[in-house]
Amino acid sequence: MSDSSGPLISVRDARYVYATGNVIALDSVNLTVHEGEIVGIIGQNGSGKTTLTKLLNGLLKPTSGHVVVNGADTAKHTVQQMASHIGYVFQNPNHQLFARTVTAELEFGPRNIGVPADEIAERVAKARDFFGLADYMDEHPYRVSFPIRKLVGIASIVTMAPRIIVLDEPSTGQDHRTTQVINDLIRRLRSEGTTVICVSHDMPLLADVVERVVVMKSATVIADASPREVFADAELMARTNLRAPQITQISLRTVVPQGGDVALGVPELADQISSWRSRQSDRREVRP
Amino acid sequence: MTDPIVVLDEVSYVYQGADEAAIENISLRVMPGEYVAILGLNGAGKTTLGLTLNGVVPTMLGGELQGSVHVAGLNVADYAVREMAKVVGIVFDNPEFQMSQQTVAEEVALGLENAGVPFEDMKVAIDRALGMVGLSGFEDRSPLRLSGGQQQRLAIASVLAMRPQVLIMDEPTSNLDPIGKSEVFAMAGHLNRDEGMTIIVMEHEVEVMAEFADRIIVMDHGRIVMNGSPREVLTRVDELEALGLRAPASAELASLLEKDHGAWTGPLPITTEEAVESVNRALGVTT
Repeated sequence: MSDSSGPLISVRDARYVYATGNVIALDSVNLTVHEGEIVGIIGQNGSGKTTLTKLLNGLLKPTSGHVVVNGADTAKHTVQQMASHIGYVFQNPNHQLFARTVTAELEFGPRNIGVPADEIAERVAKARDFFGLADYMDEHPYRVSFPIRKLVGIASIVTMAPRIIVLDEPSTGQDHRTTQVINDLIRRLRSEGTTVICVSHDMPLLADVVERVVVMKSATVIADASPREVFADAELMARTNLRAPQITQISLRTVVPQGGDVALGVPELADQISSWRSRQSDRREVRP
Repeated sequence: MTDPIVVLDEVSYVYQGADEAAIENISLRVMPGEYVAILGLNGAGKTTLGLTLNGVVPTMLGGELQGSVHVAGLNVADYAVREMAKVVGIVFDNPEFQMSQQTVAEEVALGLENAGVPFEDMKVAIDRALGMVGLSGFEDRSPLRLSGGQQQRLAIASVLAMRPQVLIMDEPTSNLDPIGKSEVFAMAGHLNRDEGMTIIVMEHEVEVMAEFADRIIVMDHGRIVMNGSPREVLTRVDELEALGLRAPASAELASLLEKDHGAWTGPLPITTEEAVESVNRALGVTT
């Protein structure tokens, strides 16, 4: 098994070239992720994000370089074998769901990896309540709306309780309420020690829940830092045509020029503005 | 006085086999050239409302519609969906599912053929529609080789070729990357400003709608619960939150400063620019 002190995911000089048309989808990518880390991957479509995550679960094998996940070299394992190390939630749930009912869908993964029946029942009930699926459990997964189907896709991986979960665009098509469910899920996974890799265009979601952001452009990783550093880097945002969350943009043009910190969320920026104002008025009071 | 281009009077609709109404007692007027955003949770009735305007609801989907829907003076109940397509164009969130042809030009031609447009008029209509969405020069490309934003603009060109007076975009950018999103919204803004196109968009991203829309409608459980200017609607921070929605982060920030810190006076900002200006004023910084 894996060395407990070493990285859980290790990508070394990975290159991936699609057989058709010689498109280089990934070039000299290095990435190390430790157990329990919550990592966001951002970049425009075609920058290599999904190719990178597909290398992690062994769906694609590197053309050159190495990908080792939980001690397993993906080149030497099948996707089925990798599935016990890493759960992969597709952007499009239609690529993933096949059971006749939502219940069966949530039971399938854990049963497949030999989880005892009573434990499966417990996990399915927990996922049902967490994702608000109670009304849909007997429905065919294709009969529920697309946003609900996406939640089913996420829940069907969560019930396997993998050590690593990859979420590819979990919040597309979701409204604010269900995006909040995904936000809560990532927080819960973090508290349970699960490692999460989240590919997303949803910058406010990432600003809220990830500790580290990997920025991709033209098949390579061009930045790998905290969300605060990444979103504060105006040049990086412009070069990748990405937009920092609105709150970060406001902080960069208000409190930051006054020596304040870059803010990622509403309460944080409100605190900074409020304390700046009270310092200002204190200063005014001591003036003769 | 100009007549409204969209008129719904006490419209309710129950899908075939459903117990509850998808939309209930909707009365709404949209003026020509307006840019209207409809917000609401998934399942609130936004898509159904859009489908009443081209007659897909109830003509193609059955079910029971009450009340009346008029678009550009036409009573939708009296026209076939393909006739209504000349008045109302709808695009959805999955442009690639709408692509079936070998080239961009053929993709736009398809709708024209279905509508019985004579062959000799097609080239002009295709050129015009592709020009409107900024895809001139892409005629011979394969739709499948376009970026997501370009595909969605092509889907929009295909409906624009029919010269509709109203363009409905139902979550047009939810599957697009940030570049694609800006492309589509910039193009829609141009159509609205420069071509006078009436636009109705269903969208979750409030910050984007605060920039573009003239009017915001909020739906909840099939009903319209708010209807007003972006400033009137998007500053109702607590009410939006109670509906499971949110106000732009700029308004949430000012609202929190007002409530918890007593550090905000004046209106709540709904855009980044407004927030930067008023926060700097509150900080006593001159820029």
